Amino acid sequence: MSSLTYLIRRKTRPLPLRFREFSSNSQKLINPASARIEKILIANRGEIACRIIRTAKRLGIRTVAVYSDADESSLHVKSADEAVRIGPPPARLSYLSAPSIIEAASRTGAQAIHPGYGFLSESADFAQLCENEGFTFIGPPASAIRDMGDKSASKRIMGAAGVPLVPGYHGNEQDIDLMKLEADKIGYPVLIKPTHGGGGKGMRIVQSPNDFVDAFIGAQREAAASFGINTILLEKYITKPRHIEVQIFGDKYGNVIHLNERDCSVQRRHQKIIEEAPAPNISNDFRLHLGQAAVSAAKAVSYHSAGTVEFIVDTVSGQFYFMEMNTRLQVEHPVTEMIVGQDLVEWQIRVANGEPLPISQSQVPLSGHAFEARIYAENVPKGFLPATGTLHHYHPVQVSSEVRVETGVEQGDTVSMHYDPMIAKLVVWGEDRTRALIKMKDCLSKFQVGGLPTNIDFLFKLANHEAFENGEVETHFIEMHKDDLFVDPNDQLSSQVVYNAAVHSAAFAAACVCEKEHAVMKESSAGSASVWYANPPFRVNHCAKCTMELEWEDESSKGGSILVPVHVTYLPKGKYRIETGGSSSSDLELNVVHLRDHDYRVEHGGISTIVSLSVYQKDHMEHIDIWHGSCHHHFKRRKGIDLADVDESDHKSAADVASSHPPGTVVAPMAGLVVKVLVEDGANVVEGQPILVLEAMKMEHVVKATSAGCIGGLRVSAGQQVSDGLALFSIKG
Amino acid sequence: MFRNLAVRISSSASSRSISRRLRHPNCPADPTRSLCSSILPDTLDRSSESFARNSAAMEGIISQLHSRIEKVMNGGGSEAVKRNKSRNKLLPRERINRLIDPGSSFLELSQLAGHELYDTPLPSGGVVTGIGPVHGNLCMFVANDPTVKGGTYYPITVKKHLRAQEIAAQCRLPCMYLVDSGGAFLPKQAEVFPDKENFGRIFYNQAVMSAEGIPQIALVLGSCTAGGAYIPAMADESVMVKGNGTIFLAGPPLVKAATGEEVSAEDLGGASVHCKTSGVSDYFAQDELHALAIGRNIVKNLHMAGNAGEQRHVMPDFKEPLYDAAELCAIAPTDLKQSFDIRSIISRIVDGSEFDEFKKLYGSTLVTGFARIFGQPVGIIGNNGVLFNESALKGAHFIELCTQRNIPLIFLQNITGFMVGSKSEANGIAKSGAKMVMAVSCAKVPKITIVVGGSFGAGNYAMCGRAYNPNFMFFWPNARISVMGGAQAAGVLAQIERGNKKKAGIELSKEEEEKFKAGVVEAYDKEGSAYYSTARLWDDGVIDPADTRKILGLCLAASTKNKPESTKYGVFRM
Repeated sequence: MSSLTYLIRRKTRPLPLRFREFSSNSQKLINPASARIEKILIANRGEIACRIIRTAKRLGIRTVAVYSDADESSLHVKSADEAVRIGPPPARLSYLSAPSIIEAASRTGAQAIHPGYGFLSESADFAQLCENEGFTFIGPPASAIRDMGDKSASKRIMGAAGVPLVPGYHGNEQDIDLMKLEADKIGYPVLIKPTHGGGGKGMRIVQSPNDFVDAFIGAQREAAASFGINTILLEKYITKPRHIEVQIFGDKYGNVIHLNERDCSVQRRHQKIIEEAPAPNISNDFRLHLGQAAVSAAKAVSYHSAGTVEFIVDTVSGQFYFMEMNTRLQVEHPVTEMIVGQDLVEWQIRVANGEPLPISQSQVPLSGHAFEARIYAENVPKGFLPATGTLHHYHPVQVSSEVRVETGVEQGDTVSMHYDPMIAKLVVWGEDRTRALIKMKDCLSKFQVGGLPTNIDFLFKLANHEAFENGEVETHFIEMHKDDLFVDPNDQLSSQVVYNAAVHSAAFAAACVCEKEHAVMKESSAGSASVWYANPPFRVNHCAKCTMELEWEDESSKGGSILVPVHVTYLPKGKYRIETGGSSSSDLELNVVHLRDHDYRVEHGGISTIVSLSVYQKDHMEHIDIWHGSCHHHFKRRKGIDLADVDESDHKSAADVASSHPPGTVVAPMAGLVVKVLVEDGANVVEGQPILVLEAMKMEHVVKATSAGCIGGLRVSAGQQVSDGLALFSIKG
Repeated sequence: MFRNLAVRISSSASSRSISRRLRHPNCPADPTRSLCSSILPDTLDRSSESFARNSAAMEGIISQLHSRIEKVMNGGGSEAVKRNKSRNKLLPRERINRLIDPGSSFLELSQLAGHELYDTPLPSGGVVTGIGPVHGNLCMFVANDPTVKGGTYYPITVKKHLRAQEIAAQCRLPCMYLVDSGGAFLPKQAEVFPDKENFGRIFYNQAVMSAEGIPQIALVLGSCTAGGAYIPAMADESVMVKGNGTIFLAGPPLVKAATGEEVSAEDLGGASVHCKTSGVSDYFAQDELHALAIGRNIVKNLHMAGNAGEQRHVMPDFKEPLYDAAELCAIAPTDLKQSFDIRSIISRIVDGSEFDEFKKLYGSTLVTGFARIFGQPVGIIGNNGVLFNESALKGAHFIELCTQRNIPLIFLQNITGFMVGSKSEANGIAKSGAKMVMAVSCAKVPKITIVVGGSFGAGNYAMCGRAYNPNFMFFWPNARISVMGGAQAAGVLAQIERGNKKKAGIELSKEEEEKFKAGVVEAYDKEGSAYYSTARLWDDGVIDPADTRKILGLCLAASTKNKPESTKYGVFRM
């Protein structure tokens, strides 16, 4: 909450610029007071809604949140002054429902609507509707959105304005054969992209002419589902590209400046995960050219408010090409804020109020370096598949003037399948890239999320990679360095190292669990009963022992979990002797002190470490997440079956039930909606043949035949919601 | 001579204590506190020769205890343990560990039952018993050890099972039977089956306790054959594990012999049969862990709170003793002829070493007074020498005080007996002793006896020996028990022997007499040991002196659950 304030305070020292200048400038050109925005409706959810509310509050502007049924008690609703329900969970019935939002705005008397990013932020129709209904749309003019939203049109405009373009086909003629011909002309690999929308949705890379048709059809369908328009464009696919974008800002008086660039090259599934500003390893001259090109692009469409001009930089030739312009505040805007010491949401509001830009291009500072890491609920080893679940444990890092955590969730909240699975953005600033990176790595290792899989450990590994440290970023970074970023289960040596680290964590976890269990029992027992909960637990003439069988899900390998038996002997004064099997040399003697809530101090061999532990129940298992040093491990522990859960007529053990699918069964890799079933039950298929298409988190996933054979038990149909792990069909060889 | 010794002890102790109290560093500086004389002084002379000698001797005794315990902890040996594990079964102590609240204590009883009792070892008597909390409710556990003779009942197994039930009945503790037993050990059926305190008594106790509202819960985790089948059948609620748990009056071999029917154990008496068809069991468990979880759940739903008596006044905050409990080992007498001040033991087991002594100046060979252990009020009676008329009268008086006020009694036994001799007899020592025995017998407050030294003769009675139904009774490993000391017995018996021989016209040579005496001493020595006692269940276990306070705390908490009863005494001979 206070991180922005910190940011401002920090910036007062190294930078000559102040927000104050805004008001001094605006004194002259200010609109009549009556026209100024005093109440904003935020047509969004999650962290961006919270982010906007924070700035609005600082400016004394009242806020109205809107929410779907899924978000009734979420943070953005709690943070706003007022909140209005706008519909059921699916986005198209709530956050994408323009009439509901307009109605909410008029009912609450908001004067302006901030669309955030995603949802309606880049809908020209919505922007127009706002203006028509008499609300200030905090964003660019509808015309600019329209011009830039149509990627083919935008390229024409850019070409005319002299902005360099990637070779490609941006025609209206969408005939598949013609498209194929154009693709062949451009030369493979070719990128297929919907003309509308963004965020990588519907994008396909086609490596060879044979794959073109399937990919094209898929892209069309996804585009239609996500954006309502299925026009597609083709582009040359640059093999060693960097993604560098320029933050631009314009006012209603024709002034446009750029606020330096951001490098967003590191991506997975065509979505950014680490962004930084400024871009590493570029010359000032290059930066100047890039900035000028971006400003020209914005001016070409009479832009005002915040916008981002994305360029693709061919690292081989050093050329940059215009990719697209995002006519909204971007997810990664905080990294720019950190290096220029400005609040871009405030700028948006001021510009919407009709104030001129507070500074001129020459006054734009560039101070230090900032990173943003996007923390997602996702399953990294399963190809970064989005994950859902409850945030049983959520302890972001401590914020400061140099560390921001942009989040829209709290502990206990659910990451549902309806919306984007981003949990938080971690933003750090340092005097230079090295210092900022050190800080980011530290923060990532301390960012605690338990209850669902996240990409935090992966981000940490990524940030520690030598190539990343050297700023050698490009969009294929993850693919290129996958050997370093993912543990190869066939590599005995590194697997052993990873296993040993897990066992070490298991030992720590077991000792902390014992200490915790003890504290809980002690607390709940009063009076004379408390003697039964002494520490260590008393045994006549021997030491109390317990065995914990911790299941460790090896994230590096896709194969199941490994059972780590941990034998704990309670010793006096918070000491535990831990045996983890194998030789006695692997025995540890730990001293555990419970500090507060989830934190413990564990001493081993004279070294004390702070250990955080989260224990929660999920799916009849006890889950344990442990963080210490830069390690995070997740364990499961069976605690006996719930009485209510046992069907006595079914004499299968729970373990049998869990793996009861006969061989050849294909299960849903995630919860989602079946959008298309491509084959009929009983059909013969070849290995790798697409069988059905699932959509979840607005992404399509093709479920393919795992082997050649005959499809059986295929009972799902298009439009049906399936849960994670549901048997979809089986293949008989 | 005894008398003089006793007087000397008490006077020296008290005079020393006064001088020490004024300068002892552990005494609080608070002037109001130092005026309060209840904090026992530190009287231990750590530089003395006896301190060093006792410490060294006791170290050997304790390490012997631990090595014996370690042996029985392995159950029936590594082969049997491995076999048990291969059947997806846990060991009895592991089962109990998973039943009791996580990280809670377990008061195991008679760990060394059966020690050197039979031709073959019978670790812990083949059954693990003890008390531990489940969802905060203290329960008595009786867990067969299938690795020891297939969990069959030897005579001592029956005795240990019955003793656990007796404690449960006395303390109103729900009983959890973890059944995994082949039933009676047939070769010894004569000592197992027919008598009053034999196998049948187990089921009688179940019925009677159930009638009194003490829950009886059986978890059938293994076989449960013949007579054993009545344990789950007689239980209020029972759980069976699929696969491992079987209940039948006759197993498949016997059925085949009797009727020719061929049937598998699972079909004959498995969990499905008994949970779905026969109704002998109530809960079907997928596996052992599941059964234990169900067991915990059953206790959760007992609603014992409705039965609980009013809690005695327990102080939530209590202080640990001022002096190190480990020093008890240097105090515990390894040579029973050595005298020591029982207060040095009391000061290491009571809260804050605070002891409000009653009638301190009278009958000073018996120390009586009030204290708290883990906040629980207690009356302590300890021996500081032989019992005289005054000591016995004081003891009876103090017991009356405690029963009147519902204060549990703790007896710290180190007693050679009542004073003998003409003066004593003329003073009516038998009458005084009888008063104390009457008081001890009738006292309806929880009683816990710890034998810290000798337990001889009628002193054992007056100080609440086994026959006087203490709720719990433990031995320190150095302790000894017999009707009189070995040397004294040898003297008496030698005298009789000499007389008998004389009648037959034989004169006993000095050498022969010594040999005779030595034989008696040796027998007394063997039979008087704490291990001989605990092997036969004359007590509830041999404990490390340093654990005394903790064990007393647990025993008190277990004994004070039921409603206080009022005490009615018999006719005191005045």
